[in-house]
Amino acid sequence: MSDPRAEYAHAVSVEGLKFGYIAGEEVLSIDALAIEPKKRVFLYGPSGCGKSTLLSMIGGVLVPGEGRVSVLDQDLSAMKGSARDRVRADHLGIIFQQFNLVPYLSVVENVCLPCRYSQRRLKRAESDDGAVEASAARLLSELGIDERLRARRSTDLSVGQQQRVAAARALIGRPELIIADEPTSSLDADRRRDFVSLLLAECESADSTVIFVSHDQSLASHFDEAIDLRDINRTERHPDAA
Amino acid sequence: MLHSLRNTFSLGFKSLWNRRGTAALTLASIAVSAALLSVVDRVRTDAQTSFANTISGTDLIIGARSGDLNLLLYSVFRIGNPTNNISWESFETIQARREVDWLIPMSLGDAHKGFRVLGTNLDYFEHYQYADGLKLSLSTGDTFTGATDAVIGAEVAERLGYAIGQQIVISHGLTATSFVTHDDNPFTVVGVLERTGTPVDRTVHISLAGMDLIHAPPGGFRAPPALDSYEPEAITAVLVGLKSRVAVFSVQRFLNEYQREPLSAVIPGVALQQLWGLIGVAEYALLGVSAMVVLAGVLGLLATLLVSLNERRREMSVLRSVGARPGHIFSLLLSEAALLAFLGALTGLLAVQLAVVLVRPYALAEFGIQLSVGLRVFDFAVLAGILFIAVLVSVIPAWRAYRNSLADGLTVKV
Repeated sequence: MSDPRAEYAHAVSVEGLKFGYIAGEEVLSIDALAIEPKKRVFLYGPSGCGKSTLLSMIGGVLVPGEGRVSVLDQDLSAMKGSARDRVRADHLGIIFQQFNLVPYLSVVENVCLPCRYSQRRLKRAESDDGAVEASAARLLSELGIDERLRARRSTDLSVGQQQRVAAARALIGRPELIIADEPTSSLDADRRRDFVSLLLAECESADSTVIFVSHDQSLASHFDEAIDLRDINRTERHPDAA
Repeated sequence: MLHSLRNTFSLGFKSLWNRRGTAALTLASIAVSAALLSVVDRVRTDAQTSFANTISGTDLIIGARSGDLNLLLYSVFRIGNPTNNISWESFETIQARREVDWLIPMSLGDAHKGFRVLGTNLDYFEHYQYADGLKLSLSTGDTFTGATDAVIGAEVAERLGYAIGQQIVISHGLTATSFVTHDDNPFTVVGVLERTGTPVDRTVHISLAGMDLIHAPPGGFRAPPALDSYEPEAITAVLVGLKSRVAVFSVQRFLNEYQREPLSAVIPGVALQQLWGLIGVAEYALLGVSAMVVLAGVLGLLATLLVSLNERRREMSVLRSVGARPGHIFSLLLSEAALLAFLGALTGLLAVQLAVVLVRPYALAEFGIQLSVGLRVFDFAVLAGILFIAVLVSVIPAWRAYRNSLADGLTVKV
């Protein structure tokens, strides 16, 4: 796992960001946000405060109305859609709250999915473990997914197992940035802590930066830094969201 | 590029397999439409080929005055009934013309167990040609030498299990069951012809003398000293071969204006063209209906893809999150349509092959149509056409999925 990564100052940086889905209704207004490489950041805030919107911008799916959003020092705001898609494919691993997996693929196929769309991650997985399937098997094993479950369809797994498979998929090919959008909301407290510990351990060994979004502040202690989105989002749109 | 294409089709196939219930129904509807189109064209072309192969080298067919098609159908294809007879004197008059090379007299009107009986002479075996100038040949036995000898076609021998020496009784009339049988004059099979794929295979051939024998009152028939010199009073039709084809029109005009009795002389090729012209409208109508069925099948495919789009928005969103570009989503939908269309059309075409193998003997026996086995250019055109139309119409759901994937981003609000 000694892949010399390109040097970059920030994993994520946001400057003068303003965004609204409807003209005149601002959802996000962030003056500045900088996340250093390999940091483990806990981003929290109540529902509707703009967490998913910010993640969509970091993921390159939405572009700000004003300001800049950069990932690995690459200004996504100035890129075309296809270039942003390429950045997401090559450098980001994303875990959702639920419905994370493609139902018609097996567990291993789900984990290998990002390597279908990114040659960079495919080569890194092959370089790490010899083959992308071997890389998937290692990650699944480290995340506690029994070998017997690997060939099963993802829909046959429990919610907790599905989240761990989703984590393995986000980690395959060691992307520089892992975004987890409330992945523990459907887990009980014990499983929540286990999942976070496992995910962070894997991210550390992969040298990945983590942005973990949740409204459950009890998890904040696992992370290097906790950011309340309400503190940095200057919009007055959700004063009651707390 | 190839890797990406393989990825897309592999995902498309797995997605379809996940929805195999509805996918199978869509596939079946496309299979039926492709099969229908293929069958209609196959029967059309094979019927034409079979008909065209039935007669060759004959310049004119002569019969009593009737329509050209009727004359062609009853004399060559053994379909329908003759309107009247021709006198033997007329036959001799035609034979005496210097343009005439050979004549085959034909006497029809009786049957044996549903197979037509043809009274003729040995010139039939010498001059009758089918397909591309092939002559008749015997697989066993010999041509008739006696008035009660019979030479049977390959289909008659096979279906009735007849061999040399078999005694057969001719029935009066053309139906399979007859109340009037000529069982006082049984015939003996002396020869079996090689298979020709023409109505000859389904014909029992006897001599002109034999034909008169079974219609004469008991004791009223005197066997001829030599079979070939026998002269009946009347025959049904005559096949004519000319020394030069240049003379066809002059001989035809002579016969059509013949004063001693009303005759018709038709050129086989021209009559066949009339036949194609007559049934061509029905053929194209059938092809048109089949094409509409194909369209209905493809529209079913479109409906299936459109209905599935909403429930698949989360799936698309997950694919986008792992790096799939909108183009990948677009091509995934196209690949699913292409797979359904290809597999559906292929299933239909292969089912036609199986069906042809099964119904082939029946089609040959009942209709004289030699159905061909194997995929043909038209089948590949059907396959390509259905694939093309399916991909074309699936642009609509693919575009909608593409738009959804852009609008939904990484979170789906459904």
